[in-house]
Amino acid sequence: METESLLEKQDAGIGRRSFLRYAGAGLAGVGILAVGACTKDDPNEGINTNRGGIDLGAKGDFAILNYAYALEQLEAAFYTQVVATMYTGATSDEIALLTDIRDHELAHREFFKAALGSKAIQALTPDFGAVNFSNRASVLATAQAFEDLGVSAYNGAGFQIQDATYLTIAGKIVSVEARHAAYIRNLVNPGSFADSTILDGFGMDKVNTIPGVLATANTFLKTKVNAYDYGYTA
Amino acid sequence: MNLYSIIEEIEKVDPEFQDRVNPRRAAIKNITSFGSKVAVAAMPFVFSTLFKKAYGQTAPVSVADVLNYALKLEYLEAAFYNQGATSSLGFSSSERSYVNTIRGHENAHVTFLRNTLGSAAVAQSTQGTAGVYDFTAGGTFPTVFTSVDTFFAVAQALEDTGVRAYKGQAPNLMKDAVALTAALNIHSVEARHAAAVRQIRRTRGASGTKPWITGANDTGISAVNANYAGEDNVMQGPVTITSLAGVGGNISTNAATASFDEPLTMAQVLPLVTPFGVK
Repeated sequence: METESLLEKQDAGIGRRSFLRYAGAGLAGVGILAVGACTKDDPNEGINTNRGGIDLGAKGDFAILNYAYALEQLEAAFYTQVVATMYTGATSDEIALLTDIRDHELAHREFFKAALGSKAIQALTPDFGAVNFSNRASVLATAQAFEDLGVSAYNGAGFQIQDATYLTIAGKIVSVEARHAAYIRNLVNPGSFADSTILDGFGMDKVNTIPGVLATANTFLKTKVNAYDYGYTA
Repeated sequence: MNLYSIIEEIEKVDPEFQDRVNPRRAAIKNITSFGSKVAVAAMPFVFSTLFKKAYGQTAPVSVADVLNYALKLEYLEAAFYNQGATSSLGFSSSERSYVNTIRGHENAHVTFLRNTLGSAAVAQSTQGTAGVYDFTAGGTFPTVFTSVDTFFAVAQALEDTGVRAYKGQAPNLMKDAVALTAALNIHSVEARHAAAVRQIRRTRGASGTKPWITGANDTGISAVNANYAGEDNVMQGPVTITSLAGVGGNISTNAATASFDEPLTMAQVLPLVTPFGVK
């Protein structure tokens, strides 16, 4: 199903003034317009076939949103598998809350897919061969890695988002990823919800770069994600 | 007071300031010639007039203003945990460990923000009554330091509100990548705290409380309804989350609200923390 995105509505030729009224975003809409204005109406935008694999495309908000979309695809696929084949010894509380997390990651993934519309990268094929889904420690260690990775990725990319509406939405998502991370960490090791392996000396989360995050994410993907314009190819 | 240096400072925040005031900069000329004839004391009035002309209402929030706002909230949180940790509250050993971990972070956030702001930092002594807060919030939480349940209920409201407050300021920090990234790195730690405190409450018997916020106020405490106002939003940018595919149907309203934390503006947060003594 093709979902018409906000960006496409602009491409479709809605006048600037009525677009802003539609978006209800005031100045925030200008950023979307600016992005749309310098982008060709190409359904394959963001998927650079010349460079091999999947590429986030030219620097800009589309690339950052696709970066987030890639990570959310990975998380959603992971928790879908976790819930479908729940590990041995899961408590009812763990089953309930891990199912919640699955649904949150699905919401994030579907949100980016809808917001990006035709600018979205393709569906990624995960490779969870390294995970033993019947083993609690293996599942939760992977979950912790994904959640901390997500937090460091959003925090590290926030300053690159040009549009205030999408910066705020990234903020709405990253704090939920941090809540997940805290919960999973406490399952693995009670009290480790915000420990010194992930925080600096000022009690602040450490950021990760796009190349750093993708290098880790790609170890869980059959189809590798590149970010050529951000200095990373798998 | 040097008018030109003030305008330079404003332009660091808003490069288009002069154009906003007047494309031909006539207003600036007017104000400088006017300024030479008026007392320095009259300048704030002149500037407020200038800002109204430039922005239609008030000045954009400066980075320093945002960081001082964050500092005031961190002062509050640090004092709350400092007092809780040294109170006679009967924490379990794991609860005490959680409180001490969070306490350490909140005090570290204060240090970071004070270091960053330097001489522009608001002094803690300006808050509450000579630096002392009223954590009962004017009698709303009379047992905050005598009941562990009340303590964690207040802790949860403070953490969840802190997450919302930082989130609300992200757009105001877009012009300063370093400040934005720092704020985001604190923001996510506040969310980790919020989740941990919520887990403590869940373990203590608040079985409806999850590490994430479901719907609006899910705390069971009506006194903090305003702290959670708008958390039940299901519309993100142009996308209605409940219209998206989930498992066995669309994404549920619960999942749609829990998967996105909502921001609060400064104007929304201040009335929530004023009863504690934040100024």
